[in-house]
Amino acid sequence: MKNIWSFFMGTLVLVSKGSKAYYIWVGALLTIAGFGVMGYLHQLNSGLAVTAMKDQVSWGFYISNFTFLVGVAAAAVLLVIPAYIYHWKPIKEIAVLGELLAISAICMCLMFVTVDIGRPDRFWHLIPKVGLLNFPQSLLAWDVVVLNLYLTLNLVIAVYILYETYYKRVPNKSFTTPLLLLSIPAAIAIHTVTAFLYNGLGARPFWNASILAPRFLASAFCAGPAFMIILFLLIRKYTKFKIQDAAIHKVAELIAYAMAVNLFLFGAEVFKEYYTGSVHLAPLKYLLQGLHGYSALVPWIWTALIFNMSAFLIFLIPETRKNHVTLVLGCLMVFTGVYIEKGMGLVVPGFVPDVLHEIYEYTPTGIEIIISMGIWATGLFILTMLLRVAIPILNGDFHVAADGVSSHIGDQMFFIGKRQKEREKEKAESLE
Amino acid sequence: MSDHSNCKKNPLAIDRRTALKGLATGVAALALPASDASASVWEAFFQKHFRELSKVELKQVLARLSKEYSEEYGKEVTVKATPAIEGVKYGYGLDLSRCIGCRRCVYACVSENNQSRDPQIHWIRVMQLDKEKGVDLSRAEHYYNPKSVPEDGHFYMPVQCQQCERPPCTKVCPVQATWKEKDGIIVVDYNWCIGCRYCMAACPYGARHFNWGQAQLPAEELNTDTHYLGNRPRPIGVVEKCTFCIQRTREQPGRYPACEEICPVGARKFGDLNDPNSEIRYLIENKRVFIFKEDLNTQPKFLYFYAT
Repeated sequence: MKNIWSFFMGTLVLVSKGSKAYYIWVGALLTIAGFGVMGYLHQLNSGLAVTAMKDQVSWGFYISNFTFLVGVAAAAVLLVIPAYIYHWKPIKEIAVLGELLAISAICMCLMFVTVDIGRPDRFWHLIPKVGLLNFPQSLLAWDVVVLNLYLTLNLVIAVYILYETYYKRVPNKSFTTPLLLLSIPAAIAIHTVTAFLYNGLGARPFWNASILAPRFLASAFCAGPAFMIILFLLIRKYTKFKIQDAAIHKVAELIAYAMAVNLFLFGAEVFKEYYTGSVHLAPLKYLLQGLHGYSALVPWIWTALIFNMSAFLIFLIPETRKNHVTLVLGCLMVFTGVYIEKGMGLVVPGFVPDVLHEIYEYTPTGIEIIISMGIWATGLFILTMLLRVAIPILNGDFHVAADGVSSHIGDQMFFIGKRQKEREKEKAESLE
Repeated sequence: MSDHSNCKKNPLAIDRRTALKGLATGVAALALPASDASASVWEAFFQKHFRELSKVELKQVLARLSKEYSEEYGKEVTVKATPAIEGVKYGYGLDLSRCIGCRRCVYACVSENNQSRDPQIHWIRVMQLDKEKGVDLSRAEHYYNPKSVPEDGHFYMPVQCQQCERPPCTKVCPVQATWKEKDGIIVVDYNWCIGCRYCMAACPYGARHFNWGQAQLPAEELNTDTHYLGNRPRPIGVVEKCTFCIQRTREQPGRYPACEEICPVGARKFGDLNDPNSEIRYLIENKRVFIFKEDLNTQPKFLYFYAT
């Protein structure tokens, strides 16, 4: 108990220390989060009428972000865990980072759901036994359960590994391995359940296609790893943490396969709807071509498709995959492409045209965008804090001091510039 | 819907919400002056699900709501919770060949059921359709506004909650805030709904409506005869829908739903599906019936007829 407390106090001291760049970054995130909180207070006061949602399009930007982030959370873990279990060293070293990303993404998911509901004061109705969770009937109840389980699972694994490393002990494999194994089906489950949440609605033909869950998984395997690669490159460049090229290139290669499947499944869906040409074509037509003169989503989805196809080529060709300029470009394109395709591109056409074929074109209001940016900033803040603790621990710069109680902090800066990094390298070499 | 086996009380177990309530009273006593108003806020916050309320608790809730509404609107508002009549299952018929699209039903519904006037919430949507094309929703005109109806070449199709026997909306609700009553009416507990709007995504008929803002309802237009599960004033951030005028139809002697009563051409029929002598049964047995979105197997108890 005492150990846990001194570890916790140590992390608090640790996150308060950093370079100027670190303070600026954290300050910027907190400022944006602050604007988000103000926006949310305004929304609480006036109701969801401040959003552009209406009875016709009853879910919008918030749920789009939620859906996308569930994918990021799932994929972050799915990719690194197998490597951890099968001991492929380059990826094993970064497995914990994947879990931390998953934790941050789930936190964002929960925040996006919270800002979307009309009565957040009644959240306790969802707690089993205290409220009345409609389990197993409602897929939303399933989602509540699996998301929280997944969050807990990741927190337990990551915190345990970091805590043991901090106290210079080797994490107990007979404890971590079963949990790691469990987190693989859990990651698939959160994504499948979220897909089923849409999938099971006969009222919405755009979602009521059995290809939806596989599409969800495929697109998640694109966006999650793309985010991770960018994160890895940034970490490698601006902190003392080392990540091997081999790990990054492996992840990039996996994106290529996932994107191929994703594009194929989307194509299969497009073929089925267009060739059949039934009334169920309307939402897809609205998305790709516009319907009765309404075409707000058309430029977006084509941007997404072009991005996804270009990125597929970048990741397929080894030369461009290994060139870090094209690699970053590809990652940004995948991330944006999937964000559009699986966010607004998935949620909104479910409602346009609506069940009585009325067309209401939805575009998020300023408040929705501010609140969403606030949530993203909060999520990135959580991720930064987690990494601020995890990276020094993994580097051996943050561990229990010789007295066994206080903590040793070897990394005061966290974010360092390139030149500083070179200087440190020289210092290390001269010492040798 | 699943039945509520989990709702049955175990007399030995500590009531979970009693504990919460105790906690809340403690917090409230610390944080708020002990006025009636704050007490009622906390009571509302910790109110149980409608179907878990004991008789005594239900009475207290109804009294609290009636007091709240009466104070807010400055006139006596009654809130009742009349249960389903034993053995009755309501059905509704709409004669497509008679409807003239005058929308009197839409507005009779609004004034009977205390919907928000601003923003306007309508539980009934009337679509204007082409006679040549039949029920082709992609050609439906929702906001037709000619000088007089009906217009040549068109027919009219009012859509409201179809009170499905297999409702897709109730099964998706994460907190069981909406369910099918014994008489077949789908209701919402406005004090339990968390406002996630999953039911709205699940409903194939656009029958569910959300209180995006605070409902605006002038006191002089308020219908003071209200039902807990029906037309009582709704709080912000919850879903509402047609209840076949539960505050009228469950009374003995009962009254017809407001939309049925107002219809100037007799296009609307209402009755007990279990009564072999009812008008609705006569229509089912003798006229051509059209079930809206039949392929979804929702089994509506709101049926369309071509009766002439």
